Amino acid sequence: MGSLMSVGDYIRESQIWKSVFRHPAPYDRRNRVVVMLTNFFLHLHPVSIKQNGIALSYTWCMGGITFFLFLAETITGVLLMFYYRPTLEWAFNDILALRDVTTLGVMREIHRWGAHAMVITVWLHMYRVFLTGSYKPPREFNWVVGVILLKLTLLLSFTGYLLPWDQLAIWAITVGSNMARATPFLGHEGPGFQFLNVGGYDLITNASDARFLLLGSKFVGEETLNRFYILHCVAIPLAAAGLIAIHFWRVRKDGGISQPL
Amino acid sequence: MSLDPHPNLTSSVIFGLGWLYLIQFVMNFAWTWRSLKKGTHHRVPKFFGGGEVPVAMWWGMYTALLSMVMIAHFTGFSSPERFLIQLPGWFKFFVDSFIADAKWYFGFCVGAFGLMIWFRRVLATETAGWLMLNGGVLFLTLSLTDWDFRQIVGKPDNVPIVAMLFIVGYFTWLYFNRSNENDDRIEAGLPPKEAEDNEKVLVWPDLVYTELICMIAVTAFLFFWGVALQAPLEEPASAVKTPNPSKAPWYFLGLQEMLVYYDPWLAGVVFPSVILGGMMAIPYIDFNKRGNGYYTFNERKFAVSVFMFGFLPLWVGMIVLGTFLRGPNWNIFGIYEYWDVHKLEALNNVNLSEYFWLYGLNTAMPTPASTDSGMRILGMILLRESPGILLTLGYLIAMPSIMAMTFLKQYAFRMGFIRFMVFSNLILMMAALPIKMLLRWAFNLKYLVAVPEYFFNI
Repeated sequence: MGSLMSVGDYIRESQIWKSVFRHPAPYDRRNRVVVMLTNFFLHLHPVSIKQNGIALSYTWCMGGITFFLFLAETITGVLLMFYYRPTLEWAFNDILALRDVTTLGVMREIHRWGAHAMVITVWLHMYRVFLTGSYKPPREFNWVVGVILLKLTLLLSFTGYLLPWDQLAIWAITVGSNMARATPFLGHEGPGFQFLNVGGYDLITNASDARFLLLGSKFVGEETLNRFYILHCVAIPLAAAGLIAIHFWRVRKDGGISQPL
Repeated sequence: MSLDPHPNLTSSVIFGLGWLYLIQFVMNFAWTWRSLKKGTHHRVPKFFGGGEVPVAMWWGMYTALLSMVMIAHFTGFSSPERFLIQLPGWFKFFVDSFIADAKWYFGFCVGAFGLMIWFRRVLATETAGWLMLNGGVLFLTLSLTDWDFRQIVGKPDNVPIVAMLFIVGYFTWLYFNRSNENDDRIEAGLPPKEAEDNEKVLVWPDLVYTELICMIAVTAFLFFWGVALQAPLEEPASAVKTPNPSKAPWYFLGLQEMLVYYDPWLAGVVFPSVILGGMMAIPYIDFNKRGNGYYTFNERKFAVSVFMFGFLPLWVGMIVLGTFLRGPNWNIFGIYEYWDVHKLEALNNVNLSEYFWLYGLNTAMPTPASTDSGMRILGMILLRESPGILLTLGYLIAMPSIMAMTFLKQYAFRMGFIRFMVFSNLILMMAALPIKMLLRWAFNLKYLVAVPEYFFNI
């Protein structure tokens, strides 16, 4: 036992350890403060916090779980990207192989269930924030950021829904994206598109309307798969990551977790 | 061997339900134990002899009953045709005949919502919560003895929705439980519970460890879920084989349900935008300073009721309708009903303009002649649809003033002009869905304004 302790001491006294962790382990009050200020991953938090603000029966932990699910989706998603090819030839077969033969193919299950869970936890987070009146001044703007994040979460889930390229996928996306046809002025079956014409030629047709912009095609096809893949894996996650950073920063700047004034 | 292609009970179903009863048994065993420890008693009515009975006795009896049902499932699963514990046919018929009708379904949702608000004191007690949880799980377990019910609820993508119902129910209960307590305290002149003993603690370890435990729990839960339930994968995509029904992803089914009542430009584009914009506007509309940072209902009755009405009956309720009740040809089916592709529902919806000109005035509809110029065609269309256009404009323009002068006087006064206009229009937009539903059910009304020439139907 004594020798084990000295091995631990030896490691903690080594130059390598000290270069990573600048301060002693958080065993006493001083170092518990210091760790929050010096650790990159912990510095999102304040050093101290009102104890009722972190009670699970108050926060429901839903915002935190949503963020954790976002991270879990990113990790499992990157692993899936190593395997999956978004083409008509391979998309379905790659998912089939993930299910039946691939080692750690369970990553796809975790990714899909995690996505469903994330939609639900976002709703519950907003439900809690509303019910505790936490959108009230000075936190109005962070609620707005949160609503945009809700939209991004739904779009992430929606774009990912297409990628397995099975019947469930393309028809759900077909039904969902058919709405864009009816966009006022900008959809080829929307009210008022007739007014956008030049010399008798319609500017808005089924090959130039809002739905075409979304699908990259007149129907859900290979261009759509490519478009949704890039939206799902790059564009929306980047936007979401940026907004999450702002969301967290504003939580701190707007007075931390909401509490009775 | 049963020859029924859709057997309600099979050996594996009975055995599987045994596990659900086991869970309920363990749940209620723990609750009985808790009740015994607390030692609460309640009075028996005089008629039954009076006296005091420990509450734990009732829970103990229910737990014992569950254990017997569980044993029956684990021992009797080999002969499903002789197994007796299943949902009776009359009950299924009764439930189906109500629920397979949008009127009754929404009536039920809105009614349940109203009762929940009204009886929040009783419903948010621990005993009532436990009773409702037991009722929900037992209803689910018994319903799973039905073949058709299993087909809908058992779809892998629908499992999260079933879980969501219990989770949303639990958190709504938790909200009322805490807000009741705070409302009592506020009434007694005390600060809310959140303000009491609210010392500062260090984030390390108090919060950091909570987060760590949460992360581990969520990871374990996801792995368990991923291993236990395979993600859905249907046949390869085919652009020519349209499934019936074709459904959007489950979280958009509330929007898809609106398509029954409104055209895509409203249900699919305008309303979703208004929902998101309206949610963003909430902090700028709500001028009530109270209820910031603690649970309360009495201090913000209107805000909470409106938000909950939007979230529970309109959003979650419509997702349930779209997921579990909408079948082939977008017909409504009962939860125990077979999804028959040939089920017929008479659809003879009539436009308001037809009601006005054909039935009201007994004249022909104003119709442009084939030789008319563009402006005259437009004029005829406007004339034809003038009743609906006037009604809609009246609704969106006159109603805010009427609201400001009558029952929302205080709001209009405190909000100022622009804020009140935004607020009242958002409320009117939200009410537009239930109003159109009522008009459809009462008068078979198709469109208030029908201008198919320009895809402009309201």
